Amino acid sequence: MIEISNLTKIYGSGPQEVMALKEVSLSIRKGEIFGIIGLSGAGKSTLIRCINMLERPTQGTIMVDGQDVGSLNSLELRQLRQKIGMIFQHFNLLSSRTVFENVMFPLEIAAVPKNEAAQKVNALLELVGLTDKAQVYPEQLSGGQKQRVGIARALANDPKVLLSDEATSALDPQTTRSILGLLKDINRQLGLTIVLITHDMNVIKDACDRVAVIDDSTIVEVGDVLNIFSNPGTPTSRSFINSIVNREIPAEILQRQFIDHGLNSSRLIRVSFIGASAGEPIISSMVQKYAVAANILYGNIDQLKDIPFGNLTLELIGPVETINEALDFLRKCGLEIEVLNHAGN
Amino acid sequence: MLAISGINLAAFFATYLGDYDWVPAAVLFASWETLYMVFLSTAVSYLVGMPLAIILVTSEKGHILENLQLNQVLGSIVNAVRSLPFIILLILAIPFTRWVVGTSIGTVASIVPLSLAAIPFVARLVETSLKEIDWGLIEAALSMGASNWQIITKVLLPEAMPSVVLGVAITAINLVGYSAMAGVLGGGGLGTLAYYHGYMRYQTGIMWITVIVLIVIVQGIQMLGDKAAGRIINKRR
Ligand SMILES: Nc1ncnc2c1ncn2[C@@H]1O[C@H](COP(=O)(O)OP(=O)(O)OP(=O)(O)O)[C@@H](O)[C@H]1O
Ligand SMILES: [Mg+2]
Repeated sequence: MIEISNLTKIYGSGPQEVMALKEVSLSIRKGEIFGIIGLSGAGKSTLIRCINMLERPTQGTIMVDGQDVGSLNSLELRQLRQKIGMIFQHFNLLSSRTVFENVMFPLEIAAVPKNEAAQKVNALLELVGLTDKAQVYPEQLSGGQKQRVGIARALANDPKVLLSDEATSALDPQTTRSILGLLKDINRQLGLTIVLITHDMNVIKDACDRVAVIDDSTIVEVGDVLNIFSNPGTPTSRSFINSIVNREIPAEILQRQFIDHGLNSSRLIRVSFIGASAGEPIISSMVQKYAVAANILYGNIDQLKDIPFGNLTLELIGPVETINEALDFLRKCGLEIEVLNHAGN
Repeated sequence: MLAISGINLAAFFATYLGDYDWVPAAVLFASWETLYMVFLSTAVSYLVGMPLAIILVTSEKGHILENLQLNQVLGSIVNAVRSLPFIILLILAIPFTRWVVGTSIGTVASIVPLSLAAIPFVARLVETSLKEIDWGLIEAALSMGASNWQIITKVLLPEAMPSVVLGVAITAINLVGYSAMAGVLGGGGLGTLAYYHGYMRYQTGIMWITVIVLIVIVQGIQMLGDKAAGRIINKRR
């Protein structure tokens, strides 16, 4: 749906030059919710704003639904923009218009006949659950309600793509969840492609199918959210994931490696499980099958979009051979295993 | 006769004006002339000043109609006219006024220099109002595919409206003062009345009456402006 190739964006010139994006390539599929996460100043907003040409790329091409957005003339660009909805961190609703009129705004821009437009607006207000607020001015709404208006407005012209620049960053966690829930519903019901920028890993975890991690103007990792969560490939990704899923083992637990196990050896391992396997009693099967003791030290389980996901830190105690066999068994069951130490001989 | 808060107007007129029968009618007529000049010159100055303000704002760097040269030229002209003292503009404008109205004397003729003085003022005032608008709103409109004209008419102007309305009151009040100055050079209105009777003929009473009437007019304009702006703002809350 969106093909970004070799995108470079430089702001300013001469000594004030800032390279906000450096040779970024990215492919976003039709119908997915694609997350872009990065620290402040990493270039997220610049990237999303290049997609609808609010920012002109210095170099590189962006294709949206087969159209090279950089090559469009101003009329063509305006027509394309009508098919790319955008929502904002600070909502950007017009204070001079009621909720109804705000949602009507993009339809006016697209010169949709009044009657048809009014029907559309009513349907959208129902979709976002704000029918009773139609005649109210934005100033009277809560943040969550304002963002719902923003979403309704962004959907008015039946876009193919919805761009969201930190749309939940100004909202509390509960409101964030309800807004993300709405976006997921829309994604499912309308098959809409959503590009979602955030610096909050929870947002990625709750809503996204795939994610790109952006750091210092470049994309350092792209992949399925599940894969990146269970196996982050870069320090940036790891620190984002650690910010919400505690993968770091508390120090007291690591101390245990010095306990004397006599003839047996011990392995500290971390098991990550995803999806269906999270529901199966794999660990207890292992204990029954092999002569190893499993000491559960630490763990948590969470939900990634709709898929259970978790990790468990275990100490396996037994003869080296048996421990290795047990580890093979776990791997065969599809679990991700990470051996954290080889101490305790 | 009339008595306002204990002052006997008849006695007041008798003491300070001598033969005073003509005074109420003259003051009333002069007030009407002043209001007429102020109203029309405010209207003309907004008719010209608003578009100038829109050009000044939108031609700035990074704005929807970026044109730095135009912006600078226009900005300099506006500044130049604003830096002229009104009394000098009044004299400089005489040939132009004659060319437009056919005469340089009288109420209608005064509207020309008054408007000329107010246009650059209005341009800057409205420019300030337009600049208060959050850039995010313009960006949102751009992201929906709005044309520049749509952004001006559907975002910039409606969003700036309360602040623009307050600006109209400020402009009109300034023009009340300017119109009195124009009155001294034969422009009519309360200025003429105060000048010819209050100053030239030492009829201090008339001077004071015009001062009081001017205060009332200015207060009235400010009240109207506040009310109109308040109404728009309250509606949006
Ligand atoms: N209009 C601009 N002019 C100059 N530099 C800019 C401009 N916009 C962004 N930058 C710079 O480009 C870099 C990337 O900015 P960008 O807004 O894309 O970051 P971000 O990842 O969205 O950050 P945040 O999470 O704070 O929104 C920053 O160093 C920023 O200072
Ligand atoms: Mg940003």
